[in-house]
Amino acid sequence: MSQETESGPAVPAESEAASAPRAKKGGAAPRSNARALEARRRFIRSAVMSTGVVGAGLAGYLPVAAQADNPRLRPPGALDENDFLSSCIKCGQCVQVCPVQAIVLGDITDGFGLGVPHIESREQACDFSCDAVQCILACPTGALVYRKPDFLKIRQGAELAHKPVLKAKANDPEPTLNLIERAGLARLSRPDACLAMQGKGFKGQTRGADFKGQMRYMDVDRWAPIAVADHPYERDLCDLCVTECPIQDAIRLEVTEAADGSKRGVPVVMEQCVGCGVCEMICPVEPTAIVVDSRAVWEGEA
Amino acid sequence: MKGRFLEQIMLMLGQAPKKPVEITPEAQKIHKMKRLTKDDFEAMKKHVRDHALEKNTWRNRRWTVLILVNILFTLSFWLDIQILEGALTASRFVGFHLIDLNSALQVMLAHKHIIVNLFIGTATVFLLWAALGGRSFCSWVCPYHLVAELFEKLHLKLVEKKLVTDHEFHRGARTVMWVLFSLLALVTGFTVFETLSPTGILSRALIYGPSLALGWVALLLVFEVVYSRRAWCRYICPIGLTYGAVGVISPVRVVYDLNHCFHEGDCRKVCLVPHVLEVVIKGRSPDVKVPIGPDCTRCGLCVDTCPSGALKFEVKGLNKLL
Repeated sequence: MSQETESGPAVPAESEAASAPRAKKGGAAPRSNARALEARRRFIRSAVMSTGVVGAGLAGYLPVAAQADNPRLRPPGALDENDFLSSCIKCGQCVQVCPVQAIVLGDITDGFGLGVPHIESREQACDFSCDAVQCILACPTGALVYRKPDFLKIRQGAELAHKPVLKAKANDPEPTLNLIERAGLARLSRPDACLAMQGKGFKGQTRGADFKGQMRYMDVDRWAPIAVADHPYERDLCDLCVTECPIQDAIRLEVTEAADGSKRGVPVVMEQCVGCGVCEMICPVEPTAIVVDSRAVWEGEA
Repeated sequence: MKGRFLEQIMLMLGQAPKKPVEITPEAQKIHKMKRLTKDDFEAMKKHVRDHALEKNTWRNRRWTVLILVNILFTLSFWLDIQILEGALTASRFVGFHLIDLNSALQVMLAHKHIIVNLFIGTATVFLLWAALGGRSFCSWVCPYHLVAELFEKLHLKLVEKKLVTDHEFHRGARTVMWVLFSLLALVTGFTVFETLSPTGILSRALIYGPSLALGWVALLLVFEVVYSRRAWCRYICPIGLTYGAVGVISPVRVVYDLNHCFHEGDCRKVCLVPHVLEVVIKGRSPDVKVPIGPDCTRCGLCVDTCPSGALKFEVKGLNKLL
């Protein structure tokens, strides 16, 4: 049967010769030979399959390498990228506790980052409306931490000058967030497009009526975030990135008045910026004039 | 019976089943009886078969539990009822940490740092599955198991119509893969296996919504349907081996009773891991009652299928109470 046609080149000449007389008599190869052949085929099949599976697993490194220059914005308290990928158990408990659902999980296109949480600030920023960085509390493996383990140093320039004061908690006995390291840093990426820099104001729904993003407004309800679309603004000089920033002393607007009385403003990112991304979400310009650079470090005011 | 403990572990790691070295006198007597009175034996066999009840008791119980557990995960998030938060890789049951053993192993090896919650969750799950049967995780909880079980029916139908054939792999491949994925985690510092795990992918998809990663799961299912029956669970998944190792000491198991067996092999046909049922082959049982080894997923298909009740669930030490 198939053994006779397929075994030719693979079986050593000796065994073929030895089995020849019997094969003539019975018209088929002896059973033990067929078994050995099947065992060998099975072994080769298994080796190919194992190599394929391990190879497919290792291919998960490619997206990680590709994203190295442009890392994803991780939730607050995330370890350095590679440590974060290794320590995250991909369970999404951080996703579940976030009151504004800012945290989303990576897909298979993220390779080893499959199931690992990140934040798409433009769609939904972390506005700290949980008041206590709940995602860190929820993490079972220490991928998100208040304090890094001793063998992991805080990156140069990533350390905050002091614990960030949450504007919403300013009147509480303990107004700070338990964070010592920033997730990223805001940057005015398109200064020419910035409304304040053009001396323009803003009126209406920032990001339009269809925008799904949510935010906590203290004057509405401290414990129930609402849709940004349900909270229209009216500003003579646009300063949304500054007023909506949840952190004290993280960004300011430097206003200059021209001789004719017209005002222009420059948003200036300050050292207490934690990289939450609210400014990126709230910016009315399309595409946004201000972005958060994940894992960027403080190098002084631009 | 001596030496079977080690032998069963070797079997799980990929060694081929062996004929028993020693058979007890009682078992020998039954083996002999079955050989001598062939006509009577055939008549008896037919009688039992004709009167066997078609039943899916354990399968139905198992599917119910599996679906309920996975729905509980989903609803805990969707309805914010917070009973079972997280996914199968790690979760909190009313606040208590539960961490999947294989995911924990990957993270520990990759990150090389174990925080208290990780340890507590892992230890809890270890004790839980040590009590409940080790690989019972596979058949009673893992969502991929259920999906693969349904696609297996399609595979078997195609085999019956001679449209596809089942290509077996060497079961040692799973052991090799377990070692390789552990080494990869240790050396690369990435949880490489988690990128491939259909258990994690499906569990997250059920809770957090569909993902492109489901394409990989679909690919595995196609492979199983057209090329190799239940290939992922049988020859690849290191999660199965991890829980199998836990099942070595588990009191929950299926027990074979030679007295009731007609050696027709229906159980082996439905079994995900038929090598554990080697004892049911005529003349192979080393004793009258033989517990099935740790690689058994305690799915109960054999218990349902056996027309003569030769395979039954047992909790070691609790038999008298039951």
